[in-house]
Amino acid sequence: MTETRRSFIKKALTFSTYPLASSLGWLAPFSVFAKWQAENFKQGPLEDTLKHLFKDQKITDSKDIAIKIPTIAENGAVVPITVSSTLPDVRTVSILVAKNPVPLAARFELSPELDPFISARLKMAETSEVIVITETGSGLYSARQLVKVTIGGCGG
Amino acid sequence: MSSIKIRAKRIDDKTQIRMLITHPMETGRNKDPKTNQLIPAHHIQELTLSHNGKVIVNCQMGASISKDPYFAFMLKGGEPGDKIKIEWLDNLANKDSEEHVLK
Amino acid sequence: MFSNNYRVCCAYLFQIFACVQSLKKVRAAYPSIAPCALLLSPLLLASLPLQAGPQQDQQQFREHYRQLFPQLQLQDYANGIYAIDPVARESWLAIEEFPPYEDAIDQGEKLFSAPFPKTGRHYADCFPNHGIGIAHRYPKWDKDKGEAVTLAKALNDCRESNREQLLDAEKGDITQLLAYMAYTSRGKTIEIVIPEDDPRALAAYQQGKDFYYRRQGQLNFACATCHVQNAGKRIRSEILSASLGHTGNWPTYRLKWGEMGTLHRRFRECLSQIKAEAQPAQSAILRNLEYFLSFMSNGIPITGPSTRK
Repeated sequence: MTETRRSFIKKALTFSTYPLASSLGWLAPFSVFAKWQAENFKQGPLEDTLKHLFKDQKITDSKDIAIKIPTIAENGAVVPITVSSTLPDVRTVSILVAKNPVPLAARFELSPELDPFISARLKMAETSEVIVITETGSGLYSARQLVKVTIGGCGG
Repeated sequence: MSSIKIRAKRIDDKTQIRMLITHPMETGRNKDPKTNQLIPAHHIQELTLSHNGKVIVNCQMGASISKDPYFAFMLKGGEPGDKIKIEWLDNLANKDSEEHVLK
Repeated sequence: MFSNNYRVCCAYLFQIFACVQSLKKVRAAYPSIAPCALLLSPLLLASLPLQAGPQQDQQQFREHYRQLFPQLQLQDYANGIYAIDPVARESWLAIEEFPPYEDAIDQGEKLFSAPFPKTGRHYADCFPNHGIGIAHRYPKWDKDKGEAVTLAKALNDCRESNREQLLDAEKGDITQLLAYMAYTSRGKTIEIVIPEDDPRALAAYQQGKDFYYRRQGQLNFACATCHVQNAGKRIRSEILSASLGHTGNWPTYRLKWGEMGTLHRRFRECLSQIKAEAQPAQSAILRNLEYFLSFMSNGIPITGPSTRK
């Protein structure tokens, strides 16, 4: 628990300067942000990305995270997803596509002014699990959904 | 002309904020069929959503987000006259922003 | 073992044979009315699908799909595959929340409103009702030109008469102009006319219809093979859509293209996919194909511009 809070605060500090900077139209912490980007949006297996993002923290499966996504993608280029959760105190939501060359699609830090609700459109290279991991005040929780991606047959 | 389109819809006591951004979101792994050269990576890396000047969403994204990205968020409350601002920054240091006033 | 062409030939020969046999029987049974039978035979030929009028074609076309998809109303066909594939429909509805063709409508309006630099005139001058709310009536038979004019051709003809270069008929600016014009016709039902006082119009329609039903290319498919005979079935991983309603949702943002494209772009893509010759966009044969298909879809609401996979 302490580990979670420590790393979370560390990250929170890293990002707390960014919102200030961006609202001033000034992106000096770009180097910090750039390093984070480079590490977490690296091409590589899912396990490596998870390790970079969450170190060795425990991630618990949760039924309180709903993923609305087609079970068969019309086209892997645009797969609409809506994530919502009834978990209390959701701070960040990360969306990953397990088999993509770069598994991390996006990470959202949400202020308490927002519901834990996000819609987005993902690129999926192939049939893969789509994994949602939320960071809450009481730890990391996840849900996953398998989405089939066909290459598109004759006429596709 | 802005690359960002914003729509806000009141749903009960919340405001759904939707955005559609024109951006190629190139992964850097695609080849140009004409030249057979790799098309360089060109995608949004950071997106922020502000409400009355306060950043309420900070998003880091990569090229696994579709071309012409779409996002939707659900703001608790939201009053007519509230200012919504969206800004993005991409890996080639391009940026854009757009504002929307809630009705 | 026997090629499809051989089978089709046999089918036609058999039909003719059966017709002749029945005529012979009539003649034998009623020798006094043999001359009447000869007079009647053209009517018999007229009842063969090859000779049926457009209205009859349309009825038969719709009846075929009514049998295949009894749950669908005519207007449901406006949304193509999304009327019959629930998983794809869900995905499509999610994207319709904020569709990627919206920018094309805005850009299209700008392009449409801009004056032509050399003449100072506008697109609106080339069209009835200033180009607003008219897309559902295209393709239109043009008596003077003696051809079926699609909306895309009309836009390029307008450009030509204003000394402007023609636009690519598959992608780019034309899709924005078409998106805007289709948007102003959204909800209006397709209304294609084959004027009875010009036999060339019927001939053009017929040419389009023949093309549609003709087997061609390496795979020896006709458009009808997939979209009539096998509509609703899968070809590999794709569910085949019905041809009914195929022309009303254009231009479209095809997820595969990652951009807007025209109906003729899709025609050509499909022809290439069946390994047949893809005639140029806005060539006479493709315009006549569009004429035929649009007439089949009379009464179906315009849903262009749209998103498709």
